[in-house]
Amino acid sequence: MNPVNMSTIGAAKRAPSTLFEKIWDAHVIEQGGADDALLHVDLNFLHEGAFLAFAALRKEGRTVRKPAQHFAVADHYVPTLGRERGIAGVTDPEVRGLIELLADNAAWGGIDHAGIDDPRQGIVHVIGPELGLTQPGLVISCGDSHTSTHGAFGAFAFGVGASQVKQVLATQCLWQRKPKRLRITIDGALAPGVSGKDVILATIAQIGAAGAVGHVIEYAGSAIRAMSMEGRLTVCNMSIEAGARAGMIAPDDTTFDYLHGRAFAPKGMLWDQALAYWRTLRTDEAARFDRELHLDADAFAPMVTWGTNPGQGLPITGRVPDPASASGDARRGIEAALAYMGLQPGTALDGLAVDRVFIGSCTNSRIEDLRSAAAVVRGRRAKVPTFVSPGSTQIKRDAEAEGLDRVFIDAGIEWRASGCSMCVGTNGDLLRAGERSASTSNRNFEGRQGRGARTHLVSPAMAAAAAVTGTLTDVRRLIAGD
Amino acid sequence: MQPFTKLTAVAVPLDLSDVNTDMIIPARFLRKPLDARYGSYLFHDLRHDEDGRLRDSFVLNEAVYRDAQILVAGANFGCGSSRESAVYTLMGYGFRCVIAPSFGDIFVGNCLQNGVLPVVLPEAECAALRAWLDANPGATVTADLEAQTVTTPDGRIRTFALDPVRRERLLRGLDEIGLTLTRLPGIEAFEARYARARPWLARE
Ligand code: SF4
Repeated sequence: MNPVNMSTIGAAKRAPSTLFEKIWDAHVIEQGGADDALLHVDLNFLHEGAFLAFAALRKEGRTVRKPAQHFAVADHYVPTLGRERGIAGVTDPEVRGLIELLADNAAWGGIDHAGIDDPRQGIVHVIGPELGLTQPGLVISCGDSHTSTHGAFGAFAFGVGASQVKQVLATQCLWQRKPKRLRITIDGALAPGVSGKDVILATIAQIGAAGAVGHVIEYAGSAIRAMSMEGRLTVCNMSIEAGARAGMIAPDDTTFDYLHGRAFAPKGMLWDQALAYWRTLRTDEAARFDRELHLDADAFAPMVTWGTNPGQGLPITGRVPDPASASGDARRGIEAALAYMGLQPGTALDGLAVDRVFIGSCTNSRIEDLRSAAAVVRGRRAKVPTFVSPGSTQIKRDAEAEGLDRVFIDAGIEWRASGCSMCVGTNGDLLRAGERSASTSNRNFEGRQGRGARTHLVSPAMAAAAAVTGTLTDVRRLIAGD
Repeated sequence: MQPFTKLTAVAVPLDLSDVNTDMIIPARFLRKPLDARYGSYLFHDLRHDEDGRLRDSFVLNEAVYRDAQILVAGANFGCGSSRESAVYTLMGYGFRCVIAPSFGDIFVGNCLQNGVLPVVLPEAECAALRAWLDANPGATVTADLEAQTVTTPDGRIRTFALDPVRRERLLRGLDEIGLTLTRLPGIEAFEARYARARPWLARE
């Protein structure tokens, strides 16, 4: 074989190509049909939900082909209270069984596993980046649709179902259909009080919950470049809520600075080699996309969803839409959403009373998210029951070292342990029927936070504003000291 | 995997768009084992009221649709999470084919892994088909993957497209792991090349 030449890996003499194509092409083992390819998978994440995949794998008498290219973590079912007791603190026997089953399956497969009391424990899409497992140029899979999160590092990362989890365990590759390419360029500067969450909610509101089906989105532009890794992760996380297969952002110094020194990041000479390759991972000037969209960052305001899919969002200054303004399917969609949400057309979103506030989930539970929520909460009291679940055990420790836990606790906000929690409620953290929440998670589907629960998706700062006022509130007023 | 060739069965019109996987199977059932009860979780919170009684208003609860195997829905069916349980519960209930103007990507992948046929027809065609089914409750529809057609007893034939590779796999019921492992020498050669070019990825 030729000696290693960093500048040509995956980017031999070729037509101008996009970031996505560079990664895709470097991972094609075999071309299937016109659009189908057998792809090499660098890294697969596993959580408790993988039990069906493991059961089938073991029943078929298969083994894990490349155990070192998987990482398992307990997040979906772990309780957020009583964690100091570890697995003994899990009272529901069914839930406990699933957490233990993951540990058992990981041990059987020889897979590194962060269990309920491991210091590396956290939400899978939070710990991947945190541990340095998520790196530019990788193909990453996981049995969870928000795997798109990892694309913030310039990886091609996508969610798969149980059968494909089984396949990647057994073969370390996947048959994939090549998605189309959509570039969303966001130029300008975000105003104070406006964050990555608002950017992505505004984007989905514009293109719709199915607006990017069949596409991989590359986010570009000065507003994206100016964002921290936390903000970029939030943006890529919710790509799936526009129907996209994945979201991606070209890696840059922000990415490399974040990665450097993390547990699984390359070290020494290997770091330099990796870095040389990573710097080639960007879309060529002349590369073409199937679709392009340009958005103006200066125009973004804090967002809030009013309906039952993440595309049904508006600036906080907006009013609940009137079904009469639409027709056909769209009209019926608005009517059904308003009926479920218990909202009247024309109601101002600012000032709408909420029953509870949740700050957490793989969308918004990183240290920067907690800081921005704490900044709003500091010196105020929560008016409605609120809890915070940090994205990982490490973030919980870091936040405590900064004193953020005290800010929340002093405001009467619960400071809990890390897990998916009220994003999906599989651990039992649920709203009651009819309760209205302001939530930093990613889905406002009917029943997502509990049967009959009414979810309004917001940023961490907006969630904090809702907590201290008891209503959906334009956080810019609180920041201005109003 | 069960092959899909041709199916003639009762079709049920589901007049909803953006049907997400949380609606198809609420998260609280995801911990359940894959057994004979799995079909009973399908659309659970739409089919049942708060007290667990069947809602007359939900189309699937109508007696004529008891044996339905084809579902005709609105756009963006199966959006949301990656849970393959959404397909398992559809299959558990008896469904083998879903017709819609568009689907969630991961949902389509999951259908193809389980011998369930996702048929994409234009929005207007789906609406017309649902209207026809509403007017003819309990009527059968034929989904023919060989011919790539959807036909109704009134003689209307609608054609649909499916990637040839995906179609072939469905027609033959091919297990992807088996298929992939026949490529092992090529996979290993790729991996050796790949690892040489990316020494920083080596892990114990
Ligand atoms: S926090 Fe929510 S979206 Fe994220 S991995 Fe957990 S369940 Fe999925």
